[in-house]
Amino acid sequence: MLQTVYRWIDERLEISPIIDHALKKRVPDHKHSAWYYWGGICLFFFMVQVVTGILLMIYYRPGPDAYDSVRQITYEIRFGWLIRSVHAWSANLMIGAVFVHMFSVFFMKAYRNPREFGWWSGLALLALCMVFGFSGYLLPMDELAFFATRVGLAIPDALPGMSQLISALLRGGPEVSSATLQRFFALHVVVLPAIFVPLLGFHLWLVQKHGNALPPSEEAKPAAERRSIPFFPNFAMRDMAVWLMALNLLALLVALFPLQLDVAADALKPAPVGIHPEWYFMSQFEALKLLGHVIPGTLGEFVGLGVFGVGMGMWAAIPLFDSRVTTSLRARLTTWFGLLFLAALILLTIIGYIEVL
Amino acid sequence: MSDCPQEPEPNSSISRRAFLRAGAAAAGACYAAALGYPVYEYLATAAHKAEAEGAQKEVVLNDIDKLPIPSALMFKFGGRPALLIRHGESSWTALSAVCTHLGCTVQFSPEKNQIFCACHGGIYDPATGANVSGPPPKPLSPYRVVVDQGKAVISRA
Repeated sequence: MLQTVYRWIDERLEISPIIDHALKKRVPDHKHSAWYYWGGICLFFFMVQVVTGILLMIYYRPGPDAYDSVRQITYEIRFGWLIRSVHAWSANLMIGAVFVHMFSVFFMKAYRNPREFGWWSGLALLALCMVFGFSGYLLPMDELAFFATRVGLAIPDALPGMSQLISALLRGGPEVSSATLQRFFALHVVVLPAIFVPLLGFHLWLVQKHGNALPPSEEAKPAAERRSIPFFPNFAMRDMAVWLMALNLLALLVALFPLQLDVAADALKPAPVGIHPEWYFMSQFEALKLLGHVIPGTLGEFVGLGVFGVGMGMWAAIPLFDSRVTTSLRARLTTWFGLLFLAALILLTIIGYIEVL
Repeated sequence: MSDCPQEPEPNSSISRRAFLRAGAAAAGACYAAALGYPVYEYLATAAHKAEAEGAQKEVVLNDIDKLPIPSALMFKFGGRPALLIRHGESSWTALSAVCTHLGCTVQFSPEKNQIFCACHGGIYDPATGANVSGPPPKPLSPYRVVVDQGKAVISRA
């Protein structure tokens, strides 16, 4: 019976070549194989975001009611606190997993020919994740959300000509208000997913097309000495086990540290002491702050954003610079550049937290 | 897995593989329940709330002596539409206004002295709520009305 249905579908859609490909797919097995799980972990948290995001939209009301609807979700609707906490925690875990995924790809040199587009689409996905995080942060419209958005939008304000544009397009006025909230909501639930999902599809298609990259240490081995395991069922089962661990970690964090709701945003109240950005914006925040001590005023911010721009450009251009498979001076320079970048990121984040806590 | 595969003990009734399979299925069912139950309850909160509101026992309507004869007043009883019909100086009927056919809201026609449903042409008797013609399978459910000095107290019959 099932066979007949399968044949009927296959005759029309020709799915058996795809299934054959999937069944033949193999994953390299070596001492660095654990890093191959991280893309899947990102995907898992993304799926959690989609499901919990849709659930939150069922009771969330953008506009003047926003704060009250989030209060209801958190304190009145059965398990609303759970859905909201899962959404927030999973967002953080997802961005964390994306960072691990990016650096593991970087140090395994998995961006090299022919995988450049994987690197670029991945960077674009990370950027979108951060915009997701930033826009979603405002939606409860509590005090923290209000000031975080105010500060975040004030940073690019320093660039000449940007102030007008930000005000007109993003903030919907000179002050963060329900007009801002309404457009952030549209951005968060429609615009960003509409860009993110096809890009994610492209990213995943590339993984199917090129397969898992071998780290240089494996590449140096003769082909006969390299080991691999079938994707189905061996690697897929391991992937599921890792997803289960991710789910358990998420449940643990949500149960121990459920999300609270701050007091409602009030434009007339001063910013609370110790206010700071989410951890994934902390390094940039701290870098701007430190640079502000060296070059005070708007010029400092201007230079800071310039440095970020150049840095991001270099990070994106890595596959073009270090494109050969053999170990070379460029390959070593690239690794050092990555280590420096990672160290700066971690150090700035730690300094940032020491200063605010 | 380089352990040599061992034959199951001859006197054991269940193989190791079957045991692990059943265990995994049971764990999977627990996870599904742990995920499904909160989501169900979350979604059902709105319905529970509406139900609690629907548990209303009575409705008080004021200034009803201003209603012309014959005419009807639409009001909400437990979140659903209902009709208070004035037939004469002190002759009143209160009925549910939800058509028993497919749930449209019915209306009172003073000219024809009947209640009809515009959706599929169902007709009811305004004095009793009995289904007179058309598709409705059941009469409109009646409420009890007590009128005193221009105030109507409507409660479940």
